[in-house]
Order: sequence, then C-alpha cells, then structure tokens
Amino acid sequence: MSCEPWQCAEIAATKKANPITKPEVAVAMIKKAERPILIVGSNAAERWLEGRQLIEYIIDFAKASKVPVVATAHMVGEFLKRGYEPAAFMSAMDIGNRLVDPEWQGIDGKGHPDLALFIALPYYMESLILCGLKHFAPNLKTMTLDNLYHPHASWSFPNATLEEWASNLKVMTQKFEGGQ
Amino acid sequence: MTTKNVHMKIGEMKTATGLVKNLEVSIGKIVDDSWAEPMGPTPMPSISALRDWDMKLLTKYKPFYMPDCDLCCLCTYGKCDLTAGKRGACGLDIAAQSSRIVLIACSIGAATHTAHARHLVDHLIEKYGRNYPLDVGGLNVKVEAPVTRLVTGIRPKTLGDLAEVLDYCETQITHCLSAAHTGQEGNNLDFESKAFHAGRIDQVGMEVADIAQISALDFPKADPEAPLIEMGIGTVDTSKPVIMCIGHNVVPSVGIIDYMKENKLDGKIEVVGLCCTAFDNTRYYDRAKIVGPISWQLRFVRGGFADVVVLDEQCIRTDIFSEAERVKAPVIAASEKNCMGFKNRTNDPADEIVADLVSGKVPGVLILDPEKVGEVAVKVATKIAPIRRKYRVLPEIDEIKALAKTCRQCNMCQRSCPQDLSIPVALKAAAEGNMALLADLYEECIGCGRCEEACPVKLQIHSFIIKAGEKCMLEEKNYCRSGRGAVQDTEIRNVGSPIVLGEIPGILAVVGCANYPHGGKDVYDICREFALRRFIVVTSGCSAMSAGSYKNAEGKTLYEEFPGEFAAGGVLNVGSCVANSHIAGAAIKVANIFAKRNLRGNYEEIADYIHNRVGAVGLAWGAYSQKAASIAAGFWSLGIPVLVGPHGSKYRRMLLGRADKPENWEVYDARTGEKVNVGPAPEHLFQTVETPQEAMVAIAKLCMRPNDTWKGRSIKLSHYIDLHKRHYGCMPPDIHLFVRTLADVPMTMKDEIVKILEAKGWKETVIPDPTLLPRMIRKKKE
Repeated sequence: MSCEPWQCAEIAATKKANPITKPEVAVAMIKKAERPILIVGSNAAERWLEGRQLIEYIIDFAKASKVPVVATAHMVGEFLKRGYEPAAFMSAMDIGNRLVDPEWQGIDGKGHPDLALFIALPYYMESLILCGLKHFAPNLKTMTLDNLYHPHASWSFPNATLEEWASNLKVMTQKFEGGQ
Repeated sequence: MTTKNVHMKIGEMKTATGLVKNLEVSIGKIVDDSWAEPMGPTPMPSISALRDWDMKLLTKYKPFYMPDCDLCCLCTYGKCDLTAGKRGACGLDIAAQSSRIVLIACSIGAATHTAHARHLVDHLIEKYGRNYPLDVGGLNVKVEAPVTRLVTGIRPKTLGDLAEVLDYCETQITHCLSAAHTGQEGNNLDFESKAFHAGRIDQVGMEVADIAQISALDFPKADPEAPLIEMGIGTVDTSKPVIMCIGHNVVPSVGIIDYMKENKLDGKIEVVGLCCTAFDNTRYYDRAKIVGPISWQLRFVRGGFADVVVLDEQCIRTDIFSEAERVKAPVIAASEKNCMGFKNRTNDPADEIVADLVSGKVPGVLILDPEKVGEVAVKVATKIAPIRRKYRVLPEIDEIKALAKTCRQCNMCQRSCPQDLSIPVALKAAAEGNMALLADLYEECIGCGRCEEACPVKLQIHSFIIKAGEKCMLEEKNYCRSGRGAVQDTEIRNVGSPIVLGEIPGILAVVGCANYPHGGKDVYDICREFALRRFIVVTSGCSAMSAGSYKNAEGKTLYEEFPGEFAAGGVLNVGSCVANSHIAGAAIKVANIFAKRNLRGNYEEIADYIHNRVGAVGLAWGAYSQKAASIAAGFWSLGIPVLVGPHGSKYRRMLLGRADKPENWEVYDARTGEKVNVGPAPEHLFQTVETPQEAMVAIAKLCMRPNDTWKGRSIKLSHYIDLHKRHYGCMPPDIHLFVRTLADVPMTMKDEIVKILEAKGWKETVIPDPTLLPRMIRKKKE
C-alpha cells in the first residue's frame, strides 16, 4: 500500500494526510467524533467490489455506524432505489461550501460537523474539495474511505486494491454495533 | 460610432498664398453623433467602474475556493506555502492567491480572444479597407454588436470602428493583468471583480472577431438554415490529398480555400478542420469538413489521414509538429503566436518552400502570409499525398497483443490519466488477445497522451486505444450545422416576451471544450433533453460538434432533428469560440429590443435586467481552457449562471449562493421600493456538477428568475420537478422556495405540492418588478 497521491500530480505542500494503517483506526476516530457526516459521490453506483456495488457497502456502513449520509449528484435516487434514505442530498460543491462556513449548523440544524468522511467522488473533485476544506475549515477533520490516497485530507487510506478496499469497508462496518 | 480619427493627406494644392505639397494633417477625433441613443453611465468602463455591480453579485454568490495548489511560486520570494491561513512573503493569503489565479486565467483568455480579433481586424482592414461596412445579418440584424454597444458605448459601422474598440480592450486587459503583479491587488473579492471585468472585455473581443469575419468573409449572417456540414473522421475522403487545419483563426484557411478555388482544385482536395477553425472553415466554404473537437488531434494525425498540417492559433497540441513528423506530414505554422520553432520562410519563393517540405528537408515551416500558406499547403498536399500514401503509426492488433505483454501493471498510466481510465486492466486483456476493453476506452479518452508519458516501458497506449477503436472512428459520419452567427432582431422580438415572462422555460447554452468526463454523448443527451422540452438550445465550439456527433432512433443528428432558429425547441450552433459573444448578445438584445432598455454604456442596468429576467444558463461540460474561464466570467458579470462538468472544478473557485439563507435572496420591487424575498433564483452563478443527471436537474432549476409570471414559473417548476423525480427519484426538497403564489404550482401536481408547502410553513409572497439597483426604483405612489 502506498501513500502517494493516486493521481500523480495531486501533490500537497506542508500539510498532508496521515495514513490510516488499519480500518480499526478509522473506526476509532469516527466513534470519537461528535458530529460526523459521510459524503457519498457518484462513483458509488459505478464501482464494483467482489461482485457487489460500492453503494451496498456504503449503506451497510451507514446503517451500522449511524453516520448521516449526504448524497451528492443524483446519488439520492440510487440510495432510495435500495431502500435507504440519506439524511440529505446536495451537490458536492454545496456541501463543501457549507462545511467552510463556521456558522452552518449541519444538516440537522444542531451543530457544525466535526468530521467529514468522503467516499466515491471523482478523485480530482474530491481532492479539490478536501483542499478547500484543509485551507478554509480549520476546525473540521476530514477522512476519505476510498482506496486511493488523498493528501489533502486529514486522514486517508493508502492506495489499495479493490479487494483490500472491500475488506476495509467490511471490517469498519463490523466494528460498529449492529454491523454485520 | 461616436468618435473618428481624422486624417487628411494633400498631395498638391495651389492656394492664393502658394503651393502646398504632401501635407498630412491628423486632428485626432471628432464626435459622430448620429446615434441618438443617450450615453449610459459607464461607457468604456475602467477596471473599477463596475466594481459596485460586481460586489452585489459577489455578495449574493460568494466564492468557494478549492485552491488546487497550496503554494505560490510567482515571484522569487517564494515558493511560499499558503496552507491553512499562512500568508506568503508578499502578504497574500490563499483566498486572494486563488482569486488571483482566476484573474490571471481570465486575463489570458481575454487576451487570447482579443489578440485573435486584432489579427483578424488588421488583416481584413489591410485587405478590404477601414471603411468596409459591417453586416452581421442584413435587415434582420440592426443591433449588430450588442456587447460592444453595451460595454463601450460605441456603435461600430465599419472594420475601422472595430479597431478602435480593440484599442480599449487591449488597454483593459493590460490593467487586469497588471493587477495580478506581486504587491498590487490584495483582496480576493477585488481580484474577482477584476476577473469579471476581464470577462466583460473578453465578450467584446470575441464579438469584434466574429462580426469582422462574418462581414468581410461573408459567413452565414444570422442564418437559421446555415448549411449542414459533414462531420467525423469517417467523412474524410482519404483518396484525396488532405489538408488538416487546427486552431481558431480562419485567416490561413481562407488562403488555402481561395487558392484551391482559383486553381479549380476545390473538388480535388479535402480541407478538414479540428477545433474552432473547423467551424470557421465551413462558414467560409461549406465543402470543408469537420473532423471533430480539440481532443481528436492525436487520433487524426497518428491515423495518417493528414497530408499537411496547418496550425493557426489556440488549443493546438504543442507537440503536434513531432507527431506530424512521425507520419511524414509536413507542418505549416501560420501564426506569430505559435511559431513552433520553425524557420520563418514567409519571404521565400513558394515553390522553394514546397520542395523543402515535400523532400523532407525540413519537417515544417513558419509562413506568416496567409496567401502563401494557401499556395504552399495546396501544392505540398498534392505532391506529398501519393508519396506518403496516408502513412500512419498505429500498430496492428498482433503488435498490440505482443507489446501489451511487456506491461508491468504498475498503474502509472491510470494514475496519470485525467479520466482515471482502467488502462492496466485493458492492457492485461489485450495481452491475452481481447481488444474489447481497449476499444471501450476510445469514447472516454480525451486524447491527452499522458498515459504514454508515464509508461515506464514506453508503450504507445493512446495509439493502442485508437487502433482498438478504429472501427468506431471510421464510422464517425455525422452532420453539424455550420455556425449561423448572431441571433436576428426579429427572432428576439418573437421570443422576448415568452422568455422574460418565463413561458419559454429557458435558454440553454452548451458551449466550450471537449474535456468531458465520459465522452461527448452526455452533451448530445443534455441538448436533446432540453430541445424536446422546448427550451432554446444554443451550441458553440467543440460542444457544438459533440452535440452533432450522435443520432436519434431515426438516424438523425440533433441538427437534422431540430430547427436552427432561436425559438422554443430550436437547436442552433452560433459557431466557433468567438461566436459565444452572440449568446451574451442575444440576452442583451432581449433587454434592448423587447424591453426597450438603452444599451449604450449602460452595463449595470442591462446586467440587472438579464440577471432578474432572462432565464439563461450556460453549460460548459468539458471546459478546460483559460478562454473558457474568461467566457464564463463574461456571463457571470451579466448575472447569467454557468455550470461546468466535473473537470471544471479545477478552475478552483465556484460562485455559490446559499439557498438556506433567506436574507441572501432579497430584491427591490422597482414599483414600490420594498424588499421582496424571491428565493434562490438563480441559486448559483458558477457551479461544478458531477454527473449529466445532476446537470439536467440544475439547468432546469437555474432557469428560474424572480420576474417569472405565475404561468412561466409553473412551466419551469414542472420541468424541474419532472427531471428531479426522474433522476433523483423524489420531489425536490426546496420546492417551497420557488413557489411565490399558489398559481405558480403546476396544476397536475397541486395536491402533492400544497401538502409540502403546508408542511414547510410556506407563506405567499408577491411577484415583484425585481432589481438589485436602488436607482431603478420608481417613486412610490402616494
């Protein structure tokens, strides 16, 4: 597993993501967060891991972890088709823009998120949003659950195979109460 | 025209006091006051003259920065790390640096279009004279230059008038660029305002370029039935010599076409174009062909189709000369901006240059005389075609199979691919003899060649993809309507009312480059969806080509299926990049011709009108360039929202409204002066959308305007709701923000929507006469 940006030129300067060495570490940090959200992009319905669509893994994880989901692009429809209602849906730009606003009170109106998890956006878009958050949301921590290293996040999994990714997602789901 | 240079030359004059010989007198300018329209407040605005207007928009649509680069390396103090609040050695922070990059990009774009215009105008004046009259559409187009009239206060009548307009543009671009110097502007919003200004100037530069070439080169003049042009690699007759023109400036191509015609060779040689030159060639000569968008340069050259490659300016691969050399195709560089390292042979005899190119003594030449370009290109193509016999560098399938076995599966190709294409998997399959996965990449590949640069064993991966997709490539036979140019005043009269009242649900302008996330089919699908919904769909540039590159179930392309009028359900291609000015021009003409608002130097009022009333949206699904940035900036400053596809996020700054903040959506009611909340209409000014489904929903939503009548809003809402339900699988969550009175609610959805309104605590409001400008408020009646 490598901690180089998946797209070679997406390099960061002095503040780079800490690598997540084991899924259990990610779970510990998510559990520690008071107001996490999970932002899910359009690749969730495009990627297949071990014969299952990525979105199925994400639904399992969201149900187990109870982290509210914000679906970007048209993904809300993909979630609804599978019987899962995300907490909110909006464009990737809109959620990024709200996260840099310290006054924003979150999707439930009860407080600003302290941890934003990202998964399944186009790599370069996710990278740009994470960069924006790194610069303009100093009190927010970010984490990617992708199998591609994102240097602009606070924490990122290293580059990994699809098999490793599926395994990480399954382990993370199992580590939450109710996970299978 | 309001001002004129007066220049008198007297060869010989006998007077009572003596003989005068060779007297030249220049007395500067006199005012030509034949234009009765009163001058508005901001003719030829300086970089800060419209700052207040810009700030109104920038308050409503605040920048969201995604810096793309944490560093600044523009001066020798640096590199400076600007991460998370640090300031650089000059004092700049990352917000200002990001907006500074936006300004630089917009200034580059504006400079490029304006320099293009300058070259065209100077060349055409030299050929036809300063007094050559402008004619954009005969009696159908009286407002010949709406953008120029609006921004500069000048009504140009001749080519010479356009030269003066360009003097202004060049000054402004210099000021814009100078503001980006270290130690100049320091505030991010002021950088943004200057980027808007660059966009305004860019629109003028584009308009000047296009009306000059339309007038002097007799392009289609606001013609809804501009000819249908053959398009696609499969339409090229490879039994003939093929001259391939790449770029944006038609002047060298005119030299080629004129020489062919004069020598009766026009049926014997194929002149094909890539990128915007392709359009302008067809506007001059309807037997020219369009190969395709910018991203197809490598596939056409490596495929060996071109016998001669002629380069003018903009968006040309800067390594195209070495690619052409590989297939033994000589290159003629024909622009001072793009000399490609070739020797300047402008003053050499044409036959000498031809001999050097045909013999291979030199791979390319620089020729800055378009007529000589024409003669040399035609002669070289004729002589070299039988020698090269369409020599190509595409490998055979067996070779691909053998070479793919050397792939190390290191993933560097995929990691370098802007599309993140699964190249290693396709190569693995190819090594086993299965070319299908490589062929599948053909449609999505944008032709950048970064995969080959990254490959440690130097596999020609892009050539593999082209070869595997060859069948698809050779079957590309479509039609694109040639660029029609401006929108007629009469068309504006017909649609002005239904646009402003909202009964035509919107104008969708699909423009820009071909850096698409998943191929050009998305562009076709989006255009067709909205044409069927009776929006006015306008196309330009490479997007106009992609829109025409697919067919419906009856085998018709978009341009065959829909009429080319600026009317509900029309699909009209205005032309090349510089023709984008006609899209802004159409919106401006709605304010002028339909609403009788004065244009002359009256930017703020007209932009306020357009922003609040004209439901237009731009979509640049594959925007990649600095020119696309400046084009977008011109639309932002008019208050017209622009969407970009996912790669557009790399412009690193969005302009986003906040639908959840009601205080951001107040306008004045010009009738009473009272503030009225009109909801987030339009919600954003510049936004990246991730998928075509998201684009479609966003387009329908962004067409809503505060001025919509209840009938118009009802129509717009029904499109928004329908698309939302189809692509998102549910009712829009923000529907209550767009319903002002119950009459706005589409009849067929009344029960469902009323329940939502009740649940949201919705309250009825009024439909105002909307404006953001206090000075537009009429006195309240006692």
